[in-house]
Amino acid sequence: MKEISFTLNNKKVAVTIDPMKRLIDVIREDLRLTGTKEGCGIGECGACTVLVDKKAVCSCMMLIGQVEGKEVITIEGIEKDGELSPLQKNFIKYGAIQCGFCTPGMIMSTTALLMENPNPTEEEIRIAISGNLCRCTGYVQIIEAIQATANETK
Amino acid sequence: MKNNIFSVVGKNLPRTDAYEKVTGRAQYAADISFPGMCFAAQKKTTVPHGIIKNIDISQAERVTGVEVIITHKDVPGNNISGVIKYDQPVFSFDKIYCPADVVSLVVGEDKEAVQKALTLIKIEVEELPVLSDYTHALDKDALLIHPENKSNLINHYPLRKGNIEKGFQESDVIIERTYTTPAIEHAYIEPECITAVPDFRKDVYKIYGSVQNPFTCRRIVAQVMKVPLANIHIIQNELGGSFGGKDDTMDMLAARACVACKKVGKPVRIHLSREESIIESYKRHPYTMNYKVGVSNKGILKAMKIDILADGGAYASMSPFVTWRSVVQATGPYEVKNVHTDVRAVYTNNPYTGAMRGFGSPQIIFAQESLMDELADELHMSPIEIRRINGYKQDSETASGQILSNHVVSLNQVIDKATKESDFEKKYETYKAKYSVEGNSHSINLILNDNQFSAGSNIKEGIGLACSFRGCSLGAEGVDATGSLISIQKDGSVYLISGLAENGQGLRMTFSMIAAETLGISPDDIYYLEQDTSRVADGGPTVASRSTLVGGEAVKNAAEIVKKRIEKMLIDEWELSERATFKFADHYIVHEGSGKKIAVSEACDKAYLNGVNLSAYGWFKAPEVDWDEEIGQGPAYFTYVYGCQIAEVEVNAASGKILVKRVTAVHDAGQIINRLGALGQIYGGVSMGAGYGIMEEVIVKNAEIQNINFDEYLIPTSVDVGEIRAFFVENPDRFGPFGAKSLGEPTLEITAAAINNAVANALGKRFYHLPLDLEQIKTGKTLYQIKK
Repeated sequence: MKEISFTLNNKKVAVTIDPMKRLIDVIREDLRLTGTKEGCGIGECGACTVLVDKKAVCSCMMLIGQVEGKEVITIEGIEKDGELSPLQKNFIKYGAIQCGFCTPGMIMSTTALLMENPNPTEEEIRIAISGNLCRCTGYVQIIEAIQATANETK
Repeated sequence: MKNNIFSVVGKNLPRTDAYEKVTGRAQYAADISFPGMCFAAQKKTTVPHGIIKNIDISQAERVTGVEVIITHKDVPGNNISGVIKYDQPVFSFDKIYCPADVVSLVVGEDKEAVQKALTLIKIEVEELPVLSDYTHALDKDALLIHPENKSNLINHYPLRKGNIEKGFQESDVIIERTYTTPAIEHAYIEPECITAVPDFRKDVYKIYGSVQNPFTCRRIVAQVMKVPLANIHIIQNELGGSFGGKDDTMDMLAARACVACKKVGKPVRIHLSREESIIESYKRHPYTMNYKVGVSNKGILKAMKIDILADGGAYASMSPFVTWRSVVQATGPYEVKNVHTDVRAVYTNNPYTGAMRGFGSPQIIFAQESLMDELADELHMSPIEIRRINGYKQDSETASGQILSNHVVSLNQVIDKATKESDFEKKYETYKAKYSVEGNSHSINLILNDNQFSAGSNIKEGIGLACSFRGCSLGAEGVDATGSLISIQKDGSVYLISGLAENGQGLRMTFSMIAAETLGISPDDIYYLEQDTSRVADGGPTVASRSTLVGGEAVKNAAEIVKKRIEKMLIDEWELSERATFKFADHYIVHEGSGKKIAVSEACDKAYLNGVNLSAYGWFKAPEVDWDEEIGQGPAYFTYVYGCQIAEVEVNAASGKILVKRVTAVHDAGQIINRLGALGQIYGGVSMGAGYGIMEEVIVKNAEIQNINFDEYLIPTSVDVGEIRAFFVENPDRFGPFGAKSLGEPTLEITAAAINNAVANALGKRFYHLPLDLEQIKTGKTLYQIKK
């Protein structure tokens, strides 16, 4: 057991925990933020994507001990003061959501992309979300939603 | 145009459940928890086939933190279950039939203790030989999986029409080909999760989970628990994808969790890892299909002799229904006077196979449509010409003798639209001319430099077409009826629920739009109720692309019942003639004669004060269909849909890699209800179909699955499929709500066949086995990997 301090969705948190516990398990079980999903447990599907220091990472591939002092953002931290982010609004508007299980991870990967590259090409978008599997949408409307968001913020 | 007649239907509307999904608030099965909840882990053996000699749980029971260990002895009712045939043990006790079998369940609040105990259960199994090659399942000396059946045959559907010998005698060209397709994993991104919760009432259980078909699940659990159906409440959580896959597997998990729940008296959860999910869940059937086809010099199909064998795996599951659709649609959308078809499903020790999007159609379409192109080549015709000559037209007769007269037969319309939109004919001829000049570029050269894989002359372009017809809903499989419950509040807001369940495809939105259109309100005024088997009548399963058609009509019926009551009240109130007509639109009700109007909310308030019943049950029972099992004749489905897809590919002749550059998909699904959702169905279906075409395959060796997670079982990512262009042809159907039909499965079933035809166009060489992965293209064979 060890005390781990980090920033979670802009709030300082400290948990006393086995540092070898996976980040996803701490987020979902100990902090009860269930928006982050687990689809494969081996870093292949991207459903568990969160931001650690503004980089998209699979939270099933990270241990809680590794986030000491870092900034973690989950899907719950994307909505600001009850207002959806432009990306979230466009996911809704463009029909980028079917079953919705991949959606939080997809939003997190794309949020990281747009922070780093506000004006991505279609190819850059496709590469950025290529680690997020979606079985429902064929990705088309997801890509449209991301392009629309990039265009709006130009 | 015609959309002007609707105020809601046919529009591009964002889903009402999108907000909770985009914020992470939506509650999937693993997101909820209950006080005192125990976790249960399943004990499987590593043996694919064997006699269970002993199950020793004594050591495992002593692990601190373990509450109870469940075996077959704890099952109060049926321990042998199944959705059609009863052949699958809930808990294995005498025999292991396949690696998916579960012998016992370890239950406790401490996950680590549960896992530790799992390793301490000792199961003694006497190994039996394994039957994994399904093509030998019907051999005289074949090992019997369920010896009590005296054969490995699960079912056999014959279809006999005309005189097959005469048909071949009249043929100028006869070709015979064998096609094979692999097992496919549904690969819903959410793994299975179920929680059984005890109720304060005796023998009552509430089961929460990722359940596709709550009523099927309820029936199985009630039989296993030996309690009345009404005692089992299946509450569906948000479903993270299903595609036909969260039926039997979930029923078994729910039953096991419920048995454990009874024993410990606490909530019990089973949550599968991805590896467990792939090992335990059923798959799409592998098929071996032998087609012998005779055609005249003028291109008229004279005879088709079709022999299909499907690997059912260890349990019957949905095999009898899946393979029935195959026998109905085996000739494709083509008129053939003489047909002789046999479709058989057989038992093996392999992972069992059942329902998956397409349901017996993607396999046969791969065969039919590849064959049509090959016939066209033989006759020096274009792929379009041969389809024009033989394709279904209005009043055509199907192989089962059904006259297609009660709906618009739009095969030619969808082909025309797709070929025009993709400039098919010109591209097809250009690419074809290329390979005939260059010669067959396909040669095996195992030693290649990196630069030899690069673009340039290694890239061969191709375009391919495939089309299909598909019977809507269940057809002669069984009872086809469903209900819907609507309850309007006095402010005009609405509760709505259907007997069919949201699977992620957008059913709630489609149904909300149908109710909103009928009542002149907005889908935002509708609160769609949580799916619970105690809230609504059993409406059968959410399968067979039947929701919009059958479920939607039941929703419309419910809304219309209430609407009529409101009209009656207004007739009395406004002293109008009994024949007065009203328009319900944009939140107002307008009397069409006088123009007198009232807000819907105000009318509902008035109705409430007048004691008018604003709640109603809608019902829809599908029109009669029929099937003669002896000869495979009869009107199989009450209506059909038509689709055509054209794939454009780039094949790297050096590496064997196929890039699906563009797919043009044209579907007649009748009137589209939610355009945004319908487009999503096409995009998702094409992507899944492309996966079937170029990369997906559950690799089974000695009955054991080799690729059990997404690092080895590959599904299309955002960089694997290029542009998808979707078009609708909308011929309203007479039965569906506002003329709507089916879309979910038609979108997926055609793509792989179109890709195969495109690859043949690119390389001048044909392939007969899916998927068209690198080794298939380079060597014409599947090279199986050995498990690490």
